[in-house]
Amino acid sequence: MSTGTAGTAARPTRPFATVSPRTRTRVPLLVTAVLLVAMFTVGSVRYEGFLSAQVGLNLLIDNGFLLVVAVGATFVVLTGGIDLSVGSMVALSTVLTAWLVESQGRPLAAVVPLVLLVGAASGALMGWIIHTFEIQPFVVTLAGMFLARGLCYTISTESVTITDPTTVALAQTRLYGPGGLFVSIPVVVALAVLVLAFVVLHHTRFGRTVYALGGNESSARLMGLPVGTTKIAVYAVSGLCSALGGLLLTLYMLSGYALHAMGMELDAIAATVIGGTLLTGGSGFVLGTALGVLVLGMIQTFVNFQGTLSSWWTRIVIGALLLVFIVLQRLMGGRRPAAG
Amino acid sequence: MVSPSTPRPPDPGGPRPRPVLEARGIHKQFAGTVALDGVALRLFPGEVHALMGENGAGKSTLIKVLTGVHPADGGTLLVDGRPQAFADPLQAQRAGISTVYQEVNLCPNLSVAENILVGREPRRFGLVDRSALRRRAAELLRELDLDLDVTAPLGSHSLAVQQLVAIARAVDVSAKVLVLDEPTSSLDREEVAQLFTLVRRLRDRGAAVLFVTHFLDQVFDLCDRVTVLRNGRLEGEYPIDRLTPMTLVQRMIGGELATLDQLSGRARREAAARTTGEPFLRARRLTRAGAIEPYDLDIHAGEVVGLAGLLGSGRTEAARLLFGADSADGGEVGIEGEKVRLRTPRHAIARGIAFCSENRKAEGLVGELTVRENIVLALQAARGWTRPLTRAKQDELARHWIETLDIRPADPEAQVRHLSGGNQQKVLLARWLLTAPRLLILDEPTRGIDIGAKAEIQKLVARLAGEGTAVLFVSAELDEVLRLSHRIAVLRDHRMVATLTNDGSVTPERILTTIATGADS
Repeated sequence: MSTGTAGTAARPTRPFATVSPRTRTRVPLLVTAVLLVAMFTVGSVRYEGFLSAQVGLNLLIDNGFLLVVAVGATFVVLTGGIDLSVGSMVALSTVLTAWLVESQGRPLAAVVPLVLLVGAASGALMGWIIHTFEIQPFVVTLAGMFLARGLCYTISTESVTITDPTTVALAQTRLYGPGGLFVSIPVVVALAVLVLAFVVLHHTRFGRTVYALGGNESSARLMGLPVGTTKIAVYAVSGLCSALGGLLLTLYMLSGYALHAMGMELDAIAATVIGGTLLTGGSGFVLGTALGVLVLGMIQTFVNFQGTLSSWWTRIVIGALLLVFIVLQRLMGGRRPAAG
Repeated sequence: MVSPSTPRPPDPGGPRPRPVLEARGIHKQFAGTVALDGVALRLFPGEVHALMGENGAGKSTLIKVLTGVHPADGGTLLVDGRPQAFADPLQAQRAGISTVYQEVNLCPNLSVAENILVGREPRRFGLVDRSALRRRAAELLRELDLDLDVTAPLGSHSLAVQQLVAIARAVDVSAKVLVLDEPTSSLDREEVAQLFTLVRRLRDRGAAVLFVTHFLDQVFDLCDRVTVLRNGRLEGEYPIDRLTPMTLVQRMIGGELATLDQLSGRARREAAARTTGEPFLRARRLTRAGAIEPYDLDIHAGEVVGLAGLLGSGRTEAARLLFGADSADGGEVGIEGEKVRLRTPRHAIARGIAFCSENRKAEGLVGELTVRENIVLALQAARGWTRPLTRAKQDELARHWIETLDIRPADPEAQVRHLSGGNQQKVLLARWLLTAPRLLILDEPTRGIDIGAKAEIQKLVARLAGEGTAVLFVSAELDEVLRLSHRIAVLRDHRMVATLTNDGSVTPERILTTIATGADS
């Protein structure tokens, strides 16, 4: 009748065991923040023109869409799931938007809600499949990834350039601040999404249920929390965010193309992890994800400023960083020792 | 042959209120195995009611039916006299039935306050009101005489505190019916006292508490009435003052008692004879930091040595060192007088040592493979993969062991995961017996299996010892250890505190005293 004897297996050593658990979950976040500041400092010293507020804002301009997508991914990762379909959903959104606006001549104001609805609905559908048939999220969203990418080609195999005056005007709008600094509309949207996500995750029942689900799914169920609804909802949020990210990318690129956002799902997950969210779920901050996105953008900026480096170095550095952060998570004791 | 006694009110003299929760004729099957067969249970407001039964008697299944985890296949549930059917735990909670499970079922990553109130957080303008959340949680805990930092993550508190937080949550959800499923199995004495004070206070407030435990003294300490289950059937419902520990145990284990007592006599008669001469295995000052303090142990051929001790006392850790499953930090092991190093299970297997793990699902059997494949696994490993056993040989071995151990279904090609716990245990035993071990280490071999299979496994152990196999028998159940062992090593707090020769003077009480005081009195 005993439930097992404590410590039957060797536990990994925990060098940070003396740090309080509350602090421990924040360490990766702090490391990311320090890293960001350090990179900016090094860049400012090494490269002329690096030290300017506009370089910082350009990070947001060039990565606003990724931020939105990564925020969606954070919801999913917090529940302990994963959504591999986001990159393809972004591409589908760009193609759908460009096709509807250019080839079909629909007004952008009508297209935007439709695209968002498509994103949210496909996310919800994947969530429903994951929940109802108890299938690994990895597998279901992998299927979603192929499906969405394939659907792009049924709409258009070529890149569709957008010439619609409203859309172009929207894309080229610069919102000026003091000192001639400017941001684009997508940046404002992305920041709004970030704030909204923060409020939802930390100050609503839905958000707290997301954390509970990531902490221990069977406990959450036994505590009488709406596990199924929440699961479906996080994938819907992820789908919605990738559709919105796709819209922002359409504005950024002024085109829709099936080859847009190749591998963006991995960038989004990488940003989430570098931002301090545990891949096992239950611990992390959406603001950390924003830092993660900025780190990724900063690496890209570095490569650009260096000029002599191939852009593949971005990938190599991201890969190395990811490894470091995953090991860091492990050392921080993402998994607590077995009870008993 | 089991006739359910008619449930009678606990207090035949006075008028009783209607049961707050009543189950009638509950029936439940899992994959063709009957888990509950016409079980009834009544809970009255203001009582603590014990649900007792051996492993596999159906206690857990009944609890899961009552709390909406598994829907019943038949029978009725009445809450306040009205029929109810629960499709999920949420519905049971809404009907006023809260449960605290054996393993704390809360989220370690959330704060204490959130764990108590998640799903029911106080809100302002649609958002969670965090300060009200903290305030309410703190108030609630104070009412239960608990003083905790409610903002700390639950995981930073001890298991006992987590258990109390789980009860606080359950009480806040509803104080009508509280189900406690083995809440004390991982608590120490003082923590148990704290828990009981809380339970009594809730009872006095009019809550009905269903208390599941396997500690007899706790039942007599805390409970007002007892419902006993045996093999998935209702054995009876009794006021606690009509029972003694002895009669309660008899009701729990029923007719099997006789067979097992026969075994017990034999082990004791033979006890003296086995322990002389050169031991098969001799451990001296064997230790692993953080797992088990240095211990000495001799196991002779044909001898059953029992390891007794509470959960977490280091029983499994001590046994694992002898198999090389964990490597020792210090001390030495001799086998038949020759000094050996058991660094990995391969070394141990080569020396004729076999280990049946406590966790048969995770560490022993491969559920997707067939009975035959599981049985030949260890022998094949011992031969090396370059010398495969022929299919004909495999079939023959599988048939032989299925017959010898009476594995059911008697189908070598059945997938192991479809077998009952007892039969899975037999398959695991067969695997190791096939390698003809000189020393067989059994870690909780009878855990979670029904009484019939338990008796068979115990008989098998006795027979193996009779044939000259040395056996190290690890079990949480003292009766079982006493029945089979020639000598009993007692562990406490990761230390071996005594080795008792089972010559008839050893009783469960004496072992318990040894565990409690750390010395043989």
